[in-house]
Amino acid sequence: MTPAVRCTDLRHSFGDTVAVDGLDLEIAPGEVFGLLGPNGAGKTTTLRMITTLLPAPPGTVEVLGLDVARQRTAVRRLIGYVPQQLSADGTLTGRENVALFARLYDLPRRTRAGQVAAALDAVDLGEVADRQAKTFSGGMLRRLELAQALVSAPRLLILDEPTVGLDPVARESVWDRIEAVRAATGMTVLVTTHAMQEADEHCERVALMHRGRVRAVGSPAELKGALGPDAALDDVFRHYTGDALTGDSENGGMRDVRAARRTARRVG
Amino acid sequence: MSALPVAPPAASADAGPLGIVRTAVSRTGTMCLVELQKLRHDRTELVTRAVQPALWLLVFGQVFTRIRAIPTGSTPYLDFLAPGILAQSALFIAIFYGIQIIWERDAGVLAKLLVTPTPRIALVAAKAFAAGVRALAQAVVVLLLALLLGVHTTANPLKLLGVVVALLLGSVFFCCLSITIAGLVLSRDRLMGIGQAITMPLFFASNALYPVQLMPGWLQVINHVNPLSYEVEALRGLLAGTSARLTLDFGVLLVAAAAMIAIASALLPRLARG
Repeated sequence: MTPAVRCTDLRHSFGDTVAVDGLDLEIAPGEVFGLLGPNGAGKTTTLRMITTLLPAPPGTVEVLGLDVARQRTAVRRLIGYVPQQLSADGTLTGRENVALFARLYDLPRRTRAGQVAAALDAVDLGEVADRQAKTFSGGMLRRLELAQALVSAPRLLILDEPTVGLDPVARESVWDRIEAVRAATGMTVLVTTHAMQEADEHCERVALMHRGRVRAVGSPAELKGALGPDAALDDVFRHYTGDALTGDSENGGMRDVRAARRTARRVG
Repeated sequence: MSALPVAPPAASADAGPLGIVRTAVSRTGTMCLVELQKLRHDRTELVTRAVQPALWLLVFGQVFTRIRAIPTGSTPYLDFLAPGILAQSALFIAIFYGIQIIWERDAGVLAKLLVTPTPRIALVAAKAFAAGVRALAQAVVVLLLALLLGVHTTANPLKLLGVVVALLLGSVFFCCLSITIAGLVLSRDRLMGIGQAITMPLFFASNALYPVQLMPGWLQVINHVNPLSYEVEALRGLLAGTSARLTLDFGVLLVAAAAMIAIASALLPRLARG
């Protein structure tokens, strides 16, 4: 079966700083896959290469069998992307926000309104869809962004820190909707997160990244089991990333932290 | 709950230059619609942005009409000035559009747009025409104000259509100039500084306030390479009936807008990465 994502010897540098250093990764179709790692580990750079936001990298990236370097537009049609920041337009209504992306993905006019409504219903925003997004709570905004990404029926949903800045109830509601949509459509979900508990609960497999490389891949249960009977995913994370949790994140971490703080401020 | 579709829409045949043009037209329609939706939800900006052109028309226009310091032939000075202020208000909206693009980059919006199946050049053209739509909405307010002050304008629908086209092309050029600068400086603060530094020189080095014949030689040279002058000349010719080289004016605006769209598109990925 063709993998949803296949990265082979992927590399990217910003000047002298190596962000991704020979990354190999394979994600099966239909799975919820977590990319974990400290700030500066190379997670966001990897996502940006998979989503075609960075120029064709050394190494290869394939999305559902399509070469990202040569078939960029075809790859974009298969991807739904939710960035780390809250990026819905507060001036527009929820429905207008989703309809914008329906048009940008060339959804046919005759089915467009129905698909916009379906995407809003899928994230439980159908009843408030005609309110301006600036009146939404942080959790609702995140679900609205999920609807924007889902309206084009992507085969690969990519979420960069989807629950950053959200309270536990909002976090659960976001994950509930992701899992419901995945169950209904069979799409593949690739998510980056710092929240080990979330990764443990919601991801079928995870990859631990550190200094631009994948240090370990497997199901949370496998990775914990390999470390000891009482190990938590936090322990696995520490085991593979050393002192990363205590601040060893000089490689581009500032921008991640700023983005996370900005998002946290916006969701209050 | 209605069911979500499980397969993405079939790819349209969007390869090749014709496909890019078709996509650009479609995306331009989308972005212009979004701009109109934003204006419908928040009209305060139309009012606040009308203050400055209103002052130019009310204070500068009326005082200079009385003292007759600027010879404009048989055309009353306020009629001469109104098209210049129209172009100026559109310029001010377009030239700061790059700040919105940088905000969109910081908020993740630009990344989301770039992940859609939209060629960069189509995205820039769409954004630029959306700025033009906002400038047009502003121009309607300024034009109404001018009419209240007794400015004589044409009612010929064809000429008014020409006014719309001139304002759109001018806004596209200055919006793309702003995106280009944003792609070079990558920060809101620097773009704000540069925007403020160039808008007034662009305005004063044009025929917006005074006839070209009154300018010193060196300023006339700058005036000839300033797209704002061609925009003002076209607007003045269409609205006030003064002599204008409309073919040249629209030709310059069209070529300048197309060139600036191409340059801004080349810098967009740098802006997205920055």
